[in-house]
Amino acid sequence: MWKLLKIELFKIFKRPRTYIAFGAIAAVVFLIQIALKYDGKSYVDLLLNNLSGSFEFSDEFKGKLLNGYMICFVILNTLLIQMPLLVALIAGDSIAGEANMGTLRLSLTKPISRTEYMLVKFGASVIYTFALLVWMAILALFGSMIIFGTNDLVVLRSEGIEQMKHFDVLWRYFAAFGYAAVALTTVSALAFLLSVFAENSIGPIIATMSIVIVFTILSEMNIPIYDQTIKPYLFTSHMVAWKGFFYVQADAEGTTINGSIENLPAVLRSLGILIIYIGVFFSTAVWVFRKKDILT
Amino acid sequence: MSNIIEVKNLTKEFKEIRAVDNLSFSVAAGKVYGFLGQNGAGKSTTIRMLLTLIKPSSGSIEIFGMNLQQHRKEILSQVGAIIERPDLYKYLTALENLRIFATMSGVKITEKKLMDQLDEVGLADRANSLVKTYSQGMKQRLGIATALVHNPKLIILDEPTNGLDPQGIADIRNLIIRLSKASGKTLLISSHLLSEMELIADSMLIIDKGKKLVEGSVNDLFDPAETVVELKTTDDAAVFEQLQTSSLQKYVQGKRNDCVLLKLHRNEVPVVMKELVKMDVNVISLHSKHSLEDYFLSLTTGNSHVEATKN
Amino acid sequence: MINDFGLIVRTTRKGFTLSLAAILLFPSMLKAQTADELIQQVKAKLDKVNDYQANGKMKTNVVFIKAPIANVKVYYKKPNRLRINNESGISFIPKGSVNINLNNIFINTEGFDIIDVGKEDKTNFRIIKLLPKDENAEVVLSTLYIDEKLSLIRKAKTTTKENGTYELEMTYGKYAAYGLADKINFSFNTKDYKLPKGITFDYDDGSKKEENPDKLKNKKGKVEITYSDYIINKGVPDSVFK
Repeated sequence: MWKLLKIELFKIFKRPRTYIAFGAIAAVVFLIQIALKYDGKSYVDLLLNNLSGSFEFSDEFKGKLLNGYMICFVILNTLLIQMPLLVALIAGDSIAGEANMGTLRLSLTKPISRTEYMLVKFGASVIYTFALLVWMAILALFGSMIIFGTNDLVVLRSEGIEQMKHFDVLWRYFAAFGYAAVALTTVSALAFLLSVFAENSIGPIIATMSIVIVFTILSEMNIPIYDQTIKPYLFTSHMVAWKGFFYVQADAEGTTINGSIENLPAVLRSLGILIIYIGVFFSTAVWVFRKKDILT
Repeated sequence: MSNIIEVKNLTKEFKEIRAVDNLSFSVAAGKVYGFLGQNGAGKSTTIRMLLTLIKPSSGSIEIFGMNLQQHRKEILSQVGAIIERPDLYKYLTALENLRIFATMSGVKITEKKLMDQLDEVGLADRANSLVKTYSQGMKQRLGIATALVHNPKLIILDEPTNGLDPQGIADIRNLIIRLSKASGKTLLISSHLLSEMELIADSMLIIDKGKKLVEGSVNDLFDPAETVVELKTTDDAAVFEQLQTSSLQKYVQGKRNDCVLLKLHRNEVPVVMKELVKMDVNVISLHSKHSLEDYFLSLTTGNSHVEATKN
Repeated sequence: MINDFGLIVRTTRKGFTLSLAAILLFPSMLKAQTADELIQQVKAKLDKVNDYQANGKMKTNVVFIKAPIANVKVYYKKPNRLRINNESGISFIPKGSVNINLNNIFINTEGFDIIDVGKEDKTNFRIIKLLPKDENAEVVLSTLYIDEKLSLIRKAKTTTKENGTYELEMTYGKYAAYGLADKINFSFNTKDYKLPKGITFDYDDGSKKEENPDKLKNKKGKVEITYSDYIINKGVPDSVFK
């Protein structure tokens, strides 16, 4: 099994297209970092515009606000929405690409069960997804920490401001990246499932993106009849729950409680829903693939 | 174990189409078995069922004396195959491709053995070139190398000479003969070229529309003296009509748009020539040709010799 | 300007009348201090401080902010320069926080009208209102609650033209002699908190939100600074106020 997984990873990382995603992430991260390094003040002014009626913001404050932790949050907020495309690029190609190249039929005449084959293929897609996130963590988190330094993290959400001490941030990022890995694995599992049905990789990639986009729109729209009916069950509603790690609890006087999470059960529930989605997508993919006649 | 492959009443239905229809045959150990049929006859579907790519609707397949469904892994580890085109990972080198498929076959193979295998198919000097730079013939040879790299007992080659130049075809032919005669491998080779099969196969099966037409040893199936002749004249249509009412009527097999087909014994050729001259037919050419299509024609017109071997 | 003659001055915004009778009847041996005297004494205490720097802990209590307790350094320099610095972290410093420096109340180029309102029932603090004479001044009215025995301002309310009302509450200890509090509670008005929706893709955790649209509307925010130590009149570089 491990040997087969190594083969899959070898194949993935030998393809130039694999590095498009790494390049795209690096480009977005660097562009954001450069923009905020040289014109961060305008960005902060925009963010604080509404608050400047009540508070005084010195340049020193703005400089501290725009620290590596906040930069990473801004990057994750922008980039994690785009990541499904990069994930689908590989997972959607997983089976369909082999079918298209004509290597699927040869591979399946080897003494490997189809379930094993699917496990290895999906495993490789998941490892690729994790690799993307590790890459992103290195650039967006550690890179920003080096370039901008660290300080307390201030998160602006529509309901208010969440502020946490600098020593209370890093673990939240590890948790958030871990969560994002599960969220993107859900997309990966969907693309993988669609990949089983197709004979070229464009179809599943576009289909995956279409589903993610439609679901995201439904998740973000505030339509009462969807709010309590379908919205809680769309996987896209739960993909942004990594932010839950940056929502803190406060005591009666509004003081942040260090190390706290505002609504951990909700985050765990979202995580559970995503895991169920992964299970359903993957087992359906295996079930279909086991029955499938290979005609390509 | 006398038979390596034993297929019984194999049927595959795709929605309305019955691609393989109650097919039974067996392949003896150490032999080259020709599997013939025109495009769409059901060869590929049958081969894919032998390789577990397609699930049969009914019937049974035994390979090495074991049920294919129940002993899939054991069986497939001893089988090497090319199905249709030898498609490989174009963005990898020949050596990398070979290593991948060797590993997937579940055997431990040293780098030296991989190189030896490439050497055997004449690709050693291009081992580290990307497959996308390969010619069709080189890809075919690499495909064969991947089918052989794990030293299988049974080799299944689906249309191995497709798209190859004459030299390529000859190379593959020699390789197949060597594998069979020198290494004692069993080979199942599909083709739509009868002439090719005649040269390499010990026995063969001909199918049409998913059904068996004939099965038997090549020597039994073909009388080399019996041949189909293509007659080209200045006016094929008129000559065809003319022949129907002549003494040559018994030789007429049919008509194609560019020639008239005659079936006759080698000794009868001079007689026919003379008769044609007598009838004042303007002959452009007259040559014998073995083709599967012609062979089918001969089957349907009732060659007694062939009839006898039909099941 | 505070009356230099120590007279009891009853003022309105349009003018003031001297109550000569009161002066004649109750000379300087009066038991009850005049509002003016009291203000003078308070001011004198505050005037002893040219500058200070102090360490403290700041707690922010604003309805839409969850903030940790911050270690702050507060710098002051005469006449009205004040800076609250969170040296290691980030703190939202409310507008008008310069008013935690009590001296700031008395800074006005054209002086005040002083109104003695009497005593607060419960605390017995003297309530004195200051009305700046300058019609264009940002501060419209300051109300001081003064502990007469100690000549210390215990509470102050400042109404401004643009930034609403500030309230200060002081608790004194070791540094009472300088009129410097151990603990200051600063209340201020906050404007509506609103972040353009759509820029953040919030995570909706499915919990029922409080159906309280006023929650984020104009509310009082509070900042509490508890000082641990002051360094008084040892000089503070100008650079810290930049």
